[in-house]
Amino acid sequence: MKLLRYLLLSASALVPLQPVAAECLTRGTGDMGIVIERAAGSLKVVDTSNHSELFRVTGLGDLSHASAVYSRDGRYAFVFGRDGGLTKVDILCGNIVKRLIQSGNSIGGAISQDGSLIAVSNYEPGGVKIFSSTALDLVADIPATEIKDREGKLKGSKTVGLVDAPGNRFAVSLFESGEAWVIDMKQQDAPKIIKHTGIGSLPYDALVTPDGRFYLSGLFGEDGLSLLDLWHPETPARKILQEYGRGEQKLPVYKMPHLEGWAMAGDRAFLPAVGRHEVLIVKRGEWQEEARIKVHSQPVFVMARPDGRQVWVNFAFPDNDTIQVIDTESFEIIKTLKTGKGTLHMEFTPRGEEVWISVRDSDEVQIYDTDSLELLHRLPADKPSGIFFTSRAHQTGL
Amino acid sequence: MEIAPHRQAELIYLLRHDCGSCHGMRLEGGLGPALMPERLSDWNSEQLALTILYGRPGTPMPPWRPFLTDKEAYWLAARLKAGLQP
Repeated sequence: MKLLRYLLLSASALVPLQPVAAECLTRGTGDMGIVIERAAGSLKVVDTSNHSELFRVTGLGDLSHASAVYSRDGRYAFVFGRDGGLTKVDILCGNIVKRLIQSGNSIGGAISQDGSLIAVSNYEPGGVKIFSSTALDLVADIPATEIKDREGKLKGSKTVGLVDAPGNRFAVSLFESGEAWVIDMKQQDAPKIIKHTGIGSLPYDALVTPDGRFYLSGLFGEDGLSLLDLWHPETPARKILQEYGRGEQKLPVYKMPHLEGWAMAGDRAFLPAVGRHEVLIVKRGEWQEEARIKVHSQPVFVMARPDGRQVWVNFAFPDNDTIQVIDTESFEIIKTLKTGKGTLHMEFTPRGEEVWISVRDSDEVQIYDTDSLELLHRLPADKPSGIFFTSRAHQTGL
Repeated sequence: MEIAPHRQAELIYLLRHDCGSCHGMRLEGGLGPALMPERLSDWNSEQLALTILYGRPGTPMPPWRPFLTDKEAYWLAARLKAGLQP
């Protein structure tokens, strides 16, 4: 079994395709999206105007911690699975176009500015693989800096926080080796990499501002974040918010926060604090802490409604049954929702009038009106986790 | 070790979904290492149970003491050593 698995992995073997659905839809995809069903290895294709399910696509492997990006035409979702699976799904036909196991264990990915490349960040072996978005052919295989593991054996650093940036570039952080790399793919057969070392201890995730300029890596091993200015990619990374929490004892972290999505309201960023029951507010430009908001528990996702008027927060185990809504003007919590145990992810409709929330343990997606903050609808889903709408196709970093 | 069947089911659910957020829902690893029997062969159940209960300082592994009794941690450790069905 192990040998077979090794052979499969080393050959980036193709997994047999599903039969093509008989009927493909003829419609735009702007009000569509997918909901990951993490335990079943399936996803639902949904219609956000009608709150309805259009297709269920199965056979996507291990989708614990899965994420997705979209082709620029909004027709194809590229789904990154925990088991190293990269699956291209046609959401108009509800079928898998192509699927490959590209590594032993992966964490996420990004699509390039021009839509031609899909990059995947891997845990096992570490590093980044880059594929064509059409046929998923391997374009570049970029190994990570090697570090010594527990037995003293060399292995590639895990890569995290992979995002796209203007200029057909990707930025990525290296967990064990504490680096941030900018990978320039303008020349696809000759990637140019700028490596920033010593950015801080154990970067666990990262994000890029919606304009694609600033790349921020969250640090698990120390206080603060590391900031890279992608307008000046040669300039060394600098640390921000280093004073934050100095000398204070952190709480145990039962779920790593996510930095995906940049909760930006005006020129303020709202960030989850690691190991604390707080959301941090940071002024863009000076990158100084402006305020802290005490919240229900340790935040996991801190996401701004597209108009920036509200920030919605979910929480880590064992307090993952709650959502809080923060007013970005007063910094006050205006609502605490008891959505249910296993509230894992949120996604706003493109202009933000509704938010979809996955609640794993009650096997449903809850849809809220973001103005009245009332529950509008429940949609059944099998252990739902990530929700990804097609509007991401046109947003840098998502 | 006597643990009621419904609690056993809760513990396995916790293992897959909450431990799984770092170790992978199939326990094949993620930000944290894989928890398959071969990966754990260097430790006995007692050592694993202590790691579960008290965490590993200096790493992201937190102590699960607030949520588990000693007996439950030993039971989980033994289950991990024996290997869980996918």
